[in-house]
Amino acid sequence: MNTLTDRLRPLTGHRLFWPALVLVVMILANTVYRPGFLAVEVKSGHLYGTPIDILRLSAPLILVALGMTLVIATGGIDLSVGSLCAISGAIACLHISEAADPNSPSTVLTALALAFGVALVLGAWNGVLVAVIGIQPIIATLILMVAGRGIAQLVTEGQIITINSGPYRAIGLGHFLTLPLAILIALAAALLVAAFTRRTALGLIVESVGGNAEASRLAGIRSRRIVFLVYVVSAACAALAGFMVTANVSSADGNAAGLWIELDAILAVVIGGTSLAGGRFSLSGTVLGALIIQTLTTTVYAMNISPQTSLLFKAVVVIAVCLVQAPAFRARFRRRRRGVEPGPATPQREKEQVPA
Amino acid sequence: MTSTSLTTRRSWRPSLSRRHVPVLATLTLLLVMYGIGVSQYRAFSNVQVVFNVFIDNGFVLVVAVGMTFVILTGGIDLSVGAVVAMTAMVSAALLRDGVPAALVLVIALLIGPILGFLMGCAIHFFDIQPFIVTLAGMFFARGMCTFISGASISITDGFWTGMSQERIGNPAGNFVSISVLIAFAVVLVAAYVLAYTRFGRNVYAVGGNAQSALLMGLPVGRTRIAVYTISGLCSAIGGILLSFYTLSGAPLIAVGMELDVIAAVVIGGTVLTGGSGYVFGTVLGVLVLGVIQTLITFDGSLNSWWTKIVIGGLLFAFILLQRLIGIRFK
Repeated sequence: MNTLTDRLRPLTGHRLFWPALVLVVMILANTVYRPGFLAVEVKSGHLYGTPIDILRLSAPLILVALGMTLVIATGGIDLSVGSLCAISGAIACLHISEAADPNSPSTVLTALALAFGVALVLGAWNGVLVAVIGIQPIIATLILMVAGRGIAQLVTEGQIITINSGPYRAIGLGHFLTLPLAILIALAAALLVAAFTRRTALGLIVESVGGNAEASRLAGIRSRRIVFLVYVVSAACAALAGFMVTANVSSADGNAAGLWIELDAILAVVIGGTSLAGGRFSLSGTVLGALIIQTLTTTVYAMNISPQTSLLFKAVVVIAVCLVQAPAFRARFRRRRRGVEPGPATPQREKEQVPA
Repeated sequence: MTSTSLTTRRSWRPSLSRRHVPVLATLTLLLVMYGIGVSQYRAFSNVQVVFNVFIDNGFVLVVAVGMTFVILTGGIDLSVGAVVAMTAMVSAALLRDGVPAALVLVIALLIGPILGFLMGCAIHFFDIQPFIVTLAGMFFARGMCTFISGASISITDGFWTGMSQERIGNPAGNFVSISVLIAFAVVLVAAYVLAYTRFGRNVYAVGGNAQSALLMGLPVGRTRIAVYTISGLCSAIGGILLSFYTLSGAPLIAVGMELDVIAAVVIGGTVLTGGSGYVFGTVLGVLVLGVIQTLITFDGSLNSWWTKIVIGGLLFAFILLQRLIGIRFK
């Protein structure tokens, strides 16, 4: 008994263990409920099937969550990503709808560049508020979260802009090498961010700023510049997600595009094992987290439960994951199991005594 | 953080005035906006316009009072909008099934505080961030709404329609609804509790510095759990008032309300890191949002999205103001 738990410890101790387990359990439950769940077939050169759908639909969330991971790693939070999705989607769709030839690649590229540029400016605005003026991140980005929806509606003049553009639609629904283009874009973004943060010292610097911004500054790291940068990266990721969301439905709705995606993204980051307090992040965990959320959503839809009720399941997952990851909860659980002896939980219990 | 708190403490007089600057700024803004309204539109000077702002925002006011408690301790409660919707939904569903009104009121007023209490416990005992716990609470309450019913349920109960239609007026013909009186009662109780009771002092102490409060022997955990319970209770009262106002429960009602409420509290001068702010400021903050909406309605040419942009701009202005006058910020 004891040897088994000892042998399993390196595995259960890995920080991706719990999220991966949740994902596997969900996939298994789905397969039991609906045996055809895992079936993937090739139709006219493209892969089709529920797993592929989940991957494609999770692409925007993965993108937003990647940017969010970096922001959270610096100890911040970005609530404005949903609004940024709506704004970038609205600007791109507006440009395409007003162009003479909505199908020409140059029109689409100009639209993307334009919307991307605006998103970068708005990301820089967030960055300035947090890094230069020193406003608490949650409130600094709340400004753009509230005002951003208004801006998106202003761009679309309160209407839903419908477009008919093949190249733009491809961002959401296209295929490349039999795989959905959306998931390839998300994957490329993930690899790019991973390369920048894990193959260079940048990731370490981000973590050190999140651990203690003042100490990092004294150690010679330009903390402010790093903090500024992560908000710009987050905005860029949100803009890409905005293109996908609007391309999926070939229309831009200032009200609905990217609604609640900031909460899902934060959820994905937390499920992935990144602490909201900052200082340590896991990109692979975030991608896993995003996949878990999308699998959950798809499962709930497949069971013919209304989309809104899926929130109930999300609530259960959030609480379960947070409890499992909370040091205080683990320490309590461990103590109860081992009786009187508190065991090696002392450093974690310290945190419990001083509420943050 | 320490250096700024030192400067605000240096002498009594400047610290007093500094603490009041945001509230005074909000008051000035409110008067200026009202002045603009009166100068632009003749009907704006009608007293009923002011009363209507209260009638339309009574439930927001109650919810914002609860949020003030939470933010004063340095926390945040994202579940309020969903709890408001859930309370209205539960009331509507129970009334439809023929449960007596008095019993429905009791049940509806219990659910919010229970959820708040549980969230407070999760935050305190397991040391999980308020943001994430109340987010889960929001998901839960919103999910419950559609679990009860996917469509809106109208309320035909005699007590509810009576409360909805009762007009309390003066001889000049201006009137307010009962909801406004209930909202005022909540505001007065909250203001008294924060200003004159031991619990109120604990709330400010926890928000000022939880660690010091703990070392001073104040019941930090109890205070923290209590503020989320209070916020839940206020949301439940807000939900009842909203169901008086709309005479229905709808699963998607009050979506995004938490943000309006947080904005109102911040515009009212409460600092988001906790420890500084007044219920009176929150009342002013809610009124500012209400007057913006009234102005935009009167204008006619401006569209509703301008409300969001103006609220965002005001949020920015007030945060900058708080920053400039050096009230404690992270």
